[in-house]
Amino acid sequence: MSKSNFTRRGVIKTGAVGGAALALPQYLRADGHAGFTNAPGDSEVVLGFNVPQTGPYADEGADELRAYELAVEHLNGGGDGGMLNTFSSKVLDGTGILGREVKYVTGDTQTKSDAARASARSMIEKDGAIMITGGSSSGVAVAVQALCQEAGIIFMAGLTHSNDTTGKDRKANGFRHFFNSYMTGAALAPVLAANYGTDRKAYHLTADYNWGYTTEEAIRASTEAVGWETVNSVKTPLTQTDFSSYIAPVLNSGADVLVLNHYGGNMVNSLTNAVQFGLRDAVANGKNFEIVVPLYSRLMARGAGANVKGIYGSTNWHWSLQDEGSQAFVRSFGTKYGFPPSQAAHTTYVQTLLYADAVTRAGSFAPCAVAEALEDFEFDGLGNGKTLYRGSDHQCFKDVLVVRGKENPESEFDLLEIVEVTPVDQVMYSPDHPQMGGAEASLGECNNGA
Amino acid sequence: MDQIIVQILNGLDKGSAYALIALGLTLIFGTLGVVNFAHGALFMMGAFCAVILSKILTISREVAVEGQTDFLGNPLMRDVPVIYNWFGETAGAAIIDWNVPLAILFSIPIMIGIGFAMERGLIKHFYKRPHADQILVTFGLAIVLAEVIKYFFGANPIQTPAPAAFTGSLDFGVWLGYDPLTIMYPYWRLVYFFFSALIIAGVFAFLQFTTFGMVVRAGMADRETVQMLGIDIDKRFTFMFGLAAAVAGLAGVMYAPIVAPNYHMGMDFLVLSFVVVVVGGMGSLPGAVAAGFLLGILESFASMPAVVQVLPGINQIIIYLVAIIILLTRPRGLMGRKGVMED
Repeated sequence: MSKSNFTRRGVIKTGAVGGAALALPQYLRADGHAGFTNAPGDSEVVLGFNVPQTGPYADEGADELRAYELAVEHLNGGGDGGMLNTFSSKVLDGTGILGREVKYVTGDTQTKSDAARASARSMIEKDGAIMITGGSSSGVAVAVQALCQEAGIIFMAGLTHSNDTTGKDRKANGFRHFFNSYMTGAALAPVLAANYGTDRKAYHLTADYNWGYTTEEAIRASTEAVGWETVNSVKTPLTQTDFSSYIAPVLNSGADVLVLNHYGGNMVNSLTNAVQFGLRDAVANGKNFEIVVPLYSRLMARGAGANVKGIYGSTNWHWSLQDEGSQAFVRSFGTKYGFPPSQAAHTTYVQTLLYADAVTRAGSFAPCAVAEALEDFEFDGLGNGKTLYRGSDHQCFKDVLVVRGKENPESEFDLLEIVEVTPVDQVMYSPDHPQMGGAEASLGECNNGA
Repeated sequence: MDQIIVQILNGLDKGSAYALIALGLTLIFGTLGVVNFAHGALFMMGAFCAVILSKILTISREVAVEGQTDFLGNPLMRDVPVIYNWFGETAGAAIIDWNVPLAILFSIPIMIGIGFAMERGLIKHFYKRPHADQILVTFGLAIVLAEVIKYFFGANPIQTPAPAAFTGSLDFGVWLGYDPLTIMYPYWRLVYFFFSALIIAGVFAFLQFTTFGMVVRAGMADRETVQMLGIDIDKRFTFMFGLAAAVAGLAGVMYAPIVAPNYHMGMDFLVLSFVVVVVGGMGSLPGAVAAGFLLGILESFASMPAVVQVLPGINQIIIYLVAIIILLTRPRGLMGRKGVMED
C-alpha cells in the first residue's frame, strides 16, 4: 500500500500561498525587482497609454492614441522619424528606449476619475507598464497622477489645462507639457485689451468643476489687471446641454463681453446658444458685444462650426505652425492618417518622446532618475520653440498661442488662425503663485516604487 | 420683469421638448404597459436623422483648387456637393440650407420603422415580464443605440444649423413696449415651440377624433373588453409604438439646431422626461404635457443667476424637489388615474 505525502491541509496551504503569489501585482514579484516598479527586461519596455476611448472626449482620445502609436513607431525606428529629426536632444536613435523595443498597452479613462485610475492600475499591475500617459481631463489627470505617485510610476500628463495639475496637486512623479489656465489668462488678456479696449465689462459662465474654477480665476485676474471689470460670474452644471437660461440674462446685465469658461460639449453648446440669442450682433455700453472662449481645441471648434468665427481663445499648439518640429510632426501624422493632428495629439506625442529621451539621458528607467533628467531640462524642436520643463513644479514653459476662429476656413481642419505667439516670458510665474497653490504646494518626494 | 418674460419663453421651449418626449413615453406606457427607457435614444436618433440627411445632401466630389496646396503640400482639394450638379449651385445651396425642415419628412418613415422594429423585434417579448425586466432591456437598448451612433458619427457634437432665414433673434420686447434689444428670443426656438404645440395637438386630435384613436383609447382603458369585441388591439398598439417613436424623432429633428446633436443627448433628456411622466401621472397624456411645460418653466427660473446666487445648486435639483412635493401631496401625479402602476 503506497502512502501519499499529500494531505488535504497541505494542498490547501500550498494552493493559498501559490494563489497569493500569482495574485501579486507584477511590480511586487521577485523578477520585477530592480529597486523600482516594473523594471523592464532586456528586450522590451511597456508604456501605458490611458486615453478616453469612450465617453464625451472619445474623439480626442482617438487622436491621442494615433499620436502615441506614431511616437512608438518612431522610437522603434519606423516611419520617417517625425520630431526625432528636429528634437534638440539627439540621444534617441530609433532603437527603442535604452535598446529595448517599445511596446504599449492602452486603457480607457472614460473621462471619469475612478475609471481612469482603475485602467491605469490595471496597466501598472497586470501589464507591467513603466510609465502612464494620456487623458483629456484635469480631473482625470490629477487622479491618475496621484495613483502613479503612490505606485512609483512616472506620469506624463496628456491634455490637462487646470492650474491644479502642476499647482496645488503637483506630484514629484508627474509631468505636464500642456499649458495651463494661468498661461491662457496671461497670453489672452493683452490681446483682448488691444482688440476690444481696456474699458470692458465681462460676464463669466463657468463650468462647475475644477478646470472651470481655475480658468475663471486666471481670466478674471488677467483681464482685471488690464482694466476690465467683472460684472458677474455664474457656475453652470457640467451636464448642462441647453444654456439658454444662463445666456438670456447676459445682454441686460451691463456686460459687453461674455467669457465662456467651458470646454468640450459645454463649449459647443454654450457658444451656439450665445450666437442664437444674438449676442454676436448685439451692442452693449455703446460697444459691439464680444464673446471669448479661453481654451480652444480644433476638435471642439469643428463641433461649434461657423459660430467660432472671429472669437478669440488660446491653444497649446496648432498644426499650421511653420517651425521645423511642427512641420515634421504634421507631415508624419498627416501621411499616416490623412489629416492634421490636434493639440491633444501633439502634446501626447511630445510627452512620449520626452520620456524616452529622459530615460536615455539618465541611463535608467528608475522613476527618480527619469524625473531628475526631466527637471529643468531645456529643449527645442518639438513645436513650441524653446521650452523648459521647470523642476520646481514639473510644468513646461513655452510660447503660448492666441488664436481666433477663422472667417473663411478652407477645410474642416482649417478653423483657427494664430493671431499671436505670446513669448514664454509673458506667461511665466513663480512656483508659489497663489493661483498655483501658494507656498504650501509641494511636489513631495519622488517615489521609485517597489 | 423682462427677465421673467425671457425665462417663461425659455421654459416653454424646454417644456416643449420634455412634453413631446413624455407624450411618447406615456403613449407607450398607456397602450403597451412598457416602461421604455430607450425613448430618449429615439429622440437622439431623430436628431441624427437631421445629421444623416445633411451628410447625404452634402455628398461631394473633390475639385482641385488651382494654385493652392493642402497641409501636406499636395494640391488643395475642395468639396463640391453633388447636388449642385443636379439643381444648380443656388438651388442646391438652398436645399442644403433647409436640411432640418426637410429632415422632418425624412425622419417620419425612418422613426416609424425603428419603432416597429423595436416593438416587434424586442419589446413585445417583455410584455408579460416585470417592469424591472422591461427597464433593464430598454435601458440596455438605449446604450446600444447610443454606441452605434458614436461608432459612426464620433463623440463630438455635430452642428446642424437652422435655415438661414431662421437664424438670429426676434426683438420680442418691442412688441410688449420695452426698449429695443431688451427681450431678444431666437427665431428657431419660437419655431420649435409652435411646432411642438402642433404635434401635441395633432396627437390629441388623432386620438380624440378618429375611429382608430377611439379604439386605442378604449384599449388603454380596458384592453380585454376591446379584444372580446374582435378587434386586434395588439396591431393598433404596435402602430402607437411607431407613432410614439415618430413623435420623439420629430422632437429630436427640430431640436438639432438648438443643441448640436451628440450620441449622449438622449440620456440627458431621458431621466427628466421620466420625472415629467411621473409628475404628470402615469398613463395620462394631458398630465405629461402639462408637467412638461410646468417643469420646463421651473427649471428655467431656477437657472436665473439671481436665483442661483441666493440658492446655489437649486437649478440642478428644482425638478426633483418639485416632483417630491407633488408626489407627496398627489401620489398619482397631477392627472394620474387610479390603478395605473399600483398593482
